[in-house]
Amino acid sequence: MTNTIIQFNNVTKQYDNDPVVLDNVSFEIERGKFYTLLGPSGCGKTTILRLIAGFTEATSGDIYFDNKKINDIPANKRQVNTVFQDYALFPHLNVFENIAFGLRIKKMKNTEVEAKVKEALSFVNLPGYEQREIHDMSGGQRQRVAIARAIVNEPEVILLDEPLSALDLKLRYQMQGELRDLQRRLGITFIFVTHDQEEALAMSDEIFVLNKGNIQQSGTPIDIYDEPINRFVADFIGESNIVKGTMIEDFLVEFGGKRFECVDQGMHPNEPIEIVIRPEDLEITSFDSGMLKIEVTSQLFRGVHYEITGIDHDGNEWLVHSTKKANVGDKIGLHFGPEAVHVMRFNETEEDFDRRLDSYSEGEADGK
Amino acid sequence: MENKVTRNLYMIPYALWIIFFVIAPILLVVYYSFLDIEGNFSIVNYQNFFTSTYLKMTFSSFWYAFLITAISLLVAYPTALFLTRTKHKQLWLLLIIVPSWINLLLKAYAFIGIFGAYGTANNILEFIGVGSQQILFTDFSFVFVSVYIFIPFMILPIFNALESLNPTLLDAANDLGASKWATFLRVVFPLTINGVKSGCQVVFIPALSLFMLTRLIAGNRVITLGTAIEQHFLVTQDWGMGSTIAVFLIIIMFVIISLTGIRKRGA
Repeated sequence: MTNTIIQFNNVTKQYDNDPVVLDNVSFEIERGKFYTLLGPSGCGKTTILRLIAGFTEATSGDIYFDNKKINDIPANKRQVNTVFQDYALFPHLNVFENIAFGLRIKKMKNTEVEAKVKEALSFVNLPGYEQREIHDMSGGQRQRVAIARAIVNEPEVILLDEPLSALDLKLRYQMQGELRDLQRRLGITFIFVTHDQEEALAMSDEIFVLNKGNIQQSGTPIDIYDEPINRFVADFIGESNIVKGTMIEDFLVEFGGKRFECVDQGMHPNEPIEIVIRPEDLEITSFDSGMLKIEVTSQLFRGVHYEITGIDHDGNEWLVHSTKKANVGDKIGLHFGPEAVHVMRFNETEEDFDRRLDSYSEGEADGK
Repeated sequence: MENKVTRNLYMIPYALWIIFFVIAPILLVVYYSFLDIEGNFSIVNYQNFFTSTYLKMTFSSFWYAFLITAISLLVAYPTALFLTRTKHKQLWLLLIIVPSWINLLLKAYAFIGIFGAYGTANNILEFIGVGSQQILFTDFSFVFVSVYIFIPFMILPIFNALESLNPTLLDAANDLGASKWATFLRVVFPLTINGVKSGCQVVFIPALSLFMLTRLIAGNRVITLGTAIEQHFLVTQDWGMGSTIAVFLIIIMFVIISLTGIRKRGA
């Protein structure tokens, strides 16, 4: 009994003699969830999408769909549909014919086509737009037509290639909500590609963070935000303070010349590590009572909070998000709890990382 | 103010050109078309045009122009499609365009050499055992050479249309279940139809009035409106009748341009 719909087994993609785009990637995608492939440009996220859609072939490795190998199945025979970054709507066809394109290829009866297109349009909140021409529509409306064109074919998986990147901020927020909602209503798998970490955190059930053709970390948005596996993930997802330190023993870490309590364990004594503290986990206190003492070098008003930057006596820069105000030049103290300190080991694989995290919760259970 | 003056200055060469080389000749042609052979004002030329001789000539002009256009299109479209997929497309395109820089007359004479009784084509036919054939002065040679001459003009606009096609649209069609052929029929061809139309225009219209090739390659066996105009002006000296045919040719051209007019959908 498996709920896996797509599986990559050691998939590598390389064009000619260029560096590999995807390097021996393996993962599984479950039915009915919202997945996000997140990474900077050139990390291989779009290549994964194109491999699933069938626009490109893997250099090596196997791709399974519904437990059937699909390496050699052409794109037009696959049960996936794509929403393209530039929407790729057919400019010579109106909204109705654009959405009906896939159904017409299947030679569906006209009455059926009409009913389905109508339903798809109401799904994307564009009822009554059948006869509109594409060039008369706004970016947001085109976006919805592109989504309707994909869902009308009732695919098992919908692939979305940075579909919101061309929209302005407000519309983007709105579409994020709508897409998430649409995925829940349809109950099919969405695989969403983006370089926008906020978008990924807001929409996904599961995020794959990619860099240089490798999956760095996969997990729920909360997992990835709270427990980044390495410096890249910590840096890419949200804002973070990353400093070098030493794991003195279980639950005790040293950085900036001081020892602090933490919740991590299972490392070698005195192992060199890096720690991450999120800016919103740092609280401003008086200079004397601060666990860290910094001098404020800049402050930006961000609306919801102040973004304060300061330097400690070792020269480490600290970013603080606080609703309290500080002044440039002030010496302030920072306070944080043991949970705020996330320890990252160097070169830890994702399996080891997961095992380590799992052991914590087991430890807790034993303790109780 | 300054701008308006300079803009009008720039207009001068264009205006002169249009007046002397477009408008004036057309007016002259129209004027001559109303003169009979004695130089009297009459509409006899127009009456003559609707006799079977000239109607047949018009029909045959259309037929050959249609054949030339159709064959050019059949060859040019796949060629343009192929060109857009090659690595050094600009180079290949250049190689196709280069022959069109050579004088038409030279090319026509070259074909006389190739298609002549003792020419290369017959040598090859002899060699493979088919035996010598009459190639020159046939419909075949006329259409063949015309297509050869016009083909770059058909390829260029189609190539440009294909080049400006967003490649993601092909992925999208493929993604929605369309095979290669269905993608071509439903997406590629409709989106390059404007290229096809302008290609057909630049081939069909000049092909209507071809006269040099009809003489050199078809040996006057094919009489088109172009040949007739030439004959009337140079041989029979009936400028009136020649002008009348020219007037009809101009009308036909305008009709064709408006029929194949490139309209933006929904605009």
